[in-house]
Amino acid sequence: MKTVFAQSVPGRTACLPPMPEERAEAFIPANLLRGKRPALPEMSELDVVRHFSRLSRLNYGVDSNFYPLGSCTMKYNPKFTENVAALPGFANLHPLLPQIKSAGLYTQGALEVMYESERLLCEVTGMHAFTLHPMAGAHGELTGAMLIAAYHKDKGNKKTKVICPDSAHGTNPASAALAGFEVVNIESKDGLIDPAALDAVLDDEVAALMMTCPNTLGLFEKHLPEIVEKLRKVDALLYYDGANLNAIMGKMRVGDVGFDVVHLNLHKTFATPHGGGGPGSGPVGVSERLEPYLPISRVDKLRDGRFFLNYDYPKSIGFMAPFYGNFGVVLKAYAYILRLGGEGLKRVSEYAVLNANYMRKLLEEHMHIPYNRICMHEFVASACDQQAACGVRALDIAKALLDKGYHAPTIYFPLIVKECMMYEPTETESKETMDAFVQDLIEILESAKTDPVALQDAPVTMPVRRLDETKAARSMILIDPA
Amino acid sequence: MKTPENLLYSKSHEWADIDGDTAVIGITDFAQELLGDITFVELPAVGDTVAAGAEMGSIESVKAASELYAPVSGEVIAVNEALEDAPEKVNESAFEDGWLIKVRISGEPKDLLSATEYAELAASEDH
Repeated sequence: MKTVFAQSVPGRTACLPPMPEERAEAFIPANLLRGKRPALPEMSELDVVRHFSRLSRLNYGVDSNFYPLGSCTMKYNPKFTENVAALPGFANLHPLLPQIKSAGLYTQGALEVMYESERLLCEVTGMHAFTLHPMAGAHGELTGAMLIAAYHKDKGNKKTKVICPDSAHGTNPASAALAGFEVVNIESKDGLIDPAALDAVLDDEVAALMMTCPNTLGLFEKHLPEIVEKLRKVDALLYYDGANLNAIMGKMRVGDVGFDVVHLNLHKTFATPHGGGGPGSGPVGVSERLEPYLPISRVDKLRDGRFFLNYDYPKSIGFMAPFYGNFGVVLKAYAYILRLGGEGLKRVSEYAVLNANYMRKLLEEHMHIPYNRICMHEFVASACDQQAACGVRALDIAKALLDKGYHAPTIYFPLIVKECMMYEPTETESKETMDAFVQDLIEILESAKTDPVALQDAPVTMPVRRLDETKAARSMILIDPA
Repeated sequence: MKTPENLLYSKSHEWADIDGDTAVIGITDFAQELLGDITFVELPAVGDTVAAGAEMGSIESVKAASELYAPVSGEVIAVNEALEDAPEKVNESAFEDGWLIKVRISGEPKDLLSATEYAELAASEDH
């Protein structure tokens, strides 16, 4: 398929410019005119429409088919949230409006949404206060790690280390390192944090432990109360990576358990579209002792009920994002929470967990499942038996699934399971969809026994065949083949 | 899986070929097999010191990025510069052409495994 640049024909156009070039040159000062013509493709409207329609058909999304991409929670997002976000009162607001004197009147609705969203997230998590500013999960992690640093600095604590278990999300150590901490890894035991391994590294210099719960194996960290107690003894804080919150809503409130900082992925748990780089939203909730350090601005409420942006928090870590975070994403999450209510959110978690366990049971006779017990919202299988018996690896199975019309599951993550395939059906999938998927998957696994070479050749129905990932990593040269 | 008898091994899958007060260091055949195609190796520079059990660099494959740990302490006296352009040497020849660094050892090497002990460890992890 040709790029738009390769399709360009000199002089072809899809629109009438607002004025002829000569006239523009007559009244735009010469020093403001560009020296070189922009290298824009020249196409007719029909060329453009066909090009992008073709591209859209190559795209794969949850609106077309099942997307069991573990850890990513690619669930279906109800369309009513799009309608809410498109309401002109919200969609046409200029982000600078709250900064203009007396313009607060026009932003009261938006500010109320932010204020109420923070309160709802506090209710769901049991945290004391929230900031909506972080633009994505990892940005939330960085904000959280900076809040932890600010807390210890303010108290005069000498803290240099953050502990990250190997069952936590891969971004945790990166966020801690970016905030200036030394990262200490601990190995898990039986798929969970090992309290003895924690004891071995826990000292007065530990600022925090970052936990993902349920962890990346889809397992609940059952030593949690013991871990909280150990950390309190050395004034270390407990960070909750809430990327997997969709498994425990209405079942456990992390604030009640003793977590000090939590980030949520609104774009996963609270049904806003994501993938392909955004937009995301990673609000951070804190316990009471960390509230003074939250980023500015914050939405506060006056006695007369009016809302305003408050910048007067002297201990704040400052600005974490331009303006007020990804407002549109927050708005959709707000609509979603209100529509589902407390009972609905609880059911989201119950269905997410039920679906993962249903798929795990369907599959357990056909693939090795290293930690085969009741899981949370996702589970990890291993293609190690297939690899040993017929040389078919997780990668081959994933590619063969593309030929069956599915998005592949997450493979080779988490690193602690060999030939790992991580499935997350999410709560929005029906029994019929999961049945059909597992049946197709079993067909692939059976064909591995008789014709492994065909699987190693997959995919054959996609726009491109098997990509050379090694070459792509070793010689990264981007070119337009046209 | 190869585990040459003349080498010593760390639990984190590095090998050391100790000759007097110098040691050549690399990762094991088992480790390269597990990592898959290696795409990038980051090593310390000549003159740096490495400490036994501490991170000395990192290695990236199509599957993952992992830390490299020094099996012995000492000063780096040579690095395998060929890996910069040809990291696949680690896959092709983990114990020879795919060596990583050479160090002048300081202190007595300890807690290293024999070939037999390492083979047992690798077998137990290979589940």
